[in-house]
Amino acid sequence: MSLDDFYRQTILDHYQNPRNWGTLENPDITAQDANPLCGDEIRIDINVKDDRVEAVRFSGTGCSISRAAASMLTEAIEGKTLDEVKQINRDDVLDMLGIELGPVRLKCALLALKTLKVGVYGVQQRWPGEEDDE
Amino acid sequence: MRALAPERRVDFVAIRKDFPIFQQSAHGKPLIYLDSTATTQKPVQVLEALDHYYRTFNANIHRGVYAIAEEATARYEEVRGKVARLLNARSEHEIVFTRGTTESINLVAYAWGRKNVGPGDVILLTEMEHHSNLVPWQILAAERGAVLRHIPVDGSGRLDLSGLDKLLEGPVKVVSLTHMSNVLGTVNPVAEIARRAHARGAIVVVDAAQSLPHRGVDVRALDCDFLAFSAHKMLGPTGIGGLYGKRALLDATPPFLGGGEMIREVRLEGSTWNETPWKFEAGTMNIADTIAFGTAIDYLERIGFDAIAEHSKGLVRETMRLLGDIPGVTIYGPPAEERGGIVAFTLEDIHAHDVATVLDHEGVAVRAGHHCAMPLHAKLGVAATARASFYVYNLPSDIAVLAEGVRKAKHLFRR
Repeated sequence: MSLDDFYRQTILDHYQNPRNWGTLENPDITAQDANPLCGDEIRIDINVKDDRVEAVRFSGTGCSISRAAASMLTEAIEGKTLDEVKQINRDDVLDMLGIELGPVRLKCALLALKTLKVGVYGVQQRWPGEEDDE
Repeated sequence: MRALAPERRVDFVAIRKDFPIFQQSAHGKPLIYLDSTATTQKPVQVLEALDHYYRTFNANIHRGVYAIAEEATARYEEVRGKVARLLNARSEHEIVFTRGTTESINLVAYAWGRKNVGPGDVILLTEMEHHSNLVPWQILAAERGAVLRHIPVDGSGRLDLSGLDKLLEGPVKVVSLTHMSNVLGTVNPVAEIARRAHARGAIVVVDAAQSLPHRGVDVRALDCDFLAFSAHKMLGPTGIGGLYGKRALLDATPPFLGGGEMIREVRLEGSTWNETPWKFEAGTMNIADTIAFGTAIDYLERIGFDAIAEHSKGLVRETMRLLGDIPGVTIYGPPAEERGGIVAFTLEDIHAHDVATVLDHEGVAVRAGHHCAMPLHAKLGVAATARASFYVYNLPSDIAVLAEGVRKAKHLFRR
């Protein structure tokens, strides 16, 4: 995969202009997590109305892959029911990014999903990356 | 001792040809390996030593009386002598083989530490340690009720020794520190710290994982009590390294791991220990890799550690010059004259992973992250840095490609 393929325009765009960036005043759901290996940190705030994601914001620090994945993920869950949000898996995130990732960058890509799951389930699940690894 | 005659020049271009890995490419570009602080590449001589052992005299050591077992034992023990000479130890009995630096420090923390460190005793470390010189002591301190203290790092990436006397007050039992930072490249004044620590009755443990490969080490000049090192960071195989210890200290230290070879006599209800250093080498040791480590030492000594240190310094100067010319690059640590072959840097607020990915596509391998030194990165105020590190197979042309890649990363993320 060439560098331009890896850093596709959409990834750079979400990195430089992250959607739903920021925090919510009194979020119904808030979750934070970090990837200590690379120092990435993320916080996701969600307001829920009629069991649907009415508003979502994220903030934190991270590499382009981690931030772009978070940005795309927040776009994807807007308006979805919490049950639908729970159905989102790692392949959905990788499809959004549209690139191949090695094991280290996979954790960057999945940090937002992991944090989101912690928020909507209220408890920490396994790493999203581990769901399919039996 | 290992100095070269001044007229002899080392041909580092020819040295590179000894390393088969550089015959391949990465992303269609020649591999430029700038992560030798993590592990070094291996010359063909070391690979052949491994192969030769397995093909011609593979046998367990210290046991069989047949020809190949005696050959294997002799060649294994010969490396102990080589390491002792390399470190300027008083005797080969002061060299214990382990899995590497981490295991060596754990050996001291568990075996020496459990016997000698008690409630309220102080363990003095520094803020620039690799996790391998933090975590074993944290475990010991928690188990024995001891107290951890840390020598701070100043803004220039050097140890701040202004408060050392105060840090050495009270029941300080051990001072354990790195000789050369794996992030900043800073070379620490171990001999001075050892002198002051000994005056307070503490022993001194040195992490030489980086300093031994890059500059060579003289344990008598440092006057350290223990010194830990790894073969794979100095052209040798993974899974082998060692611990130097003063003979009297090793003799007074109980075994770390129990099993075969480390015993003199075993009865069902108890055992007596083998003598130093074998009482610390339980089970079948890493024979092949130890023997190949001996070949790596031969190889490095043919180049000469003074020449290696000078070569590294030249590459560091070139890196600091070329990266320093790029607006937005921040280089951490002291000037080239005071560091080994390591340069950690950041590029604006672009994450080190992104810098490393762009460099990877240029064929350049650098490390990105906290390099197993999270407390140091917290002190530097950055979550992650990119780190370029050098060894004998690197050439100034590598640095030019590195700098070009960093410019490319900057361009990519700013367009």
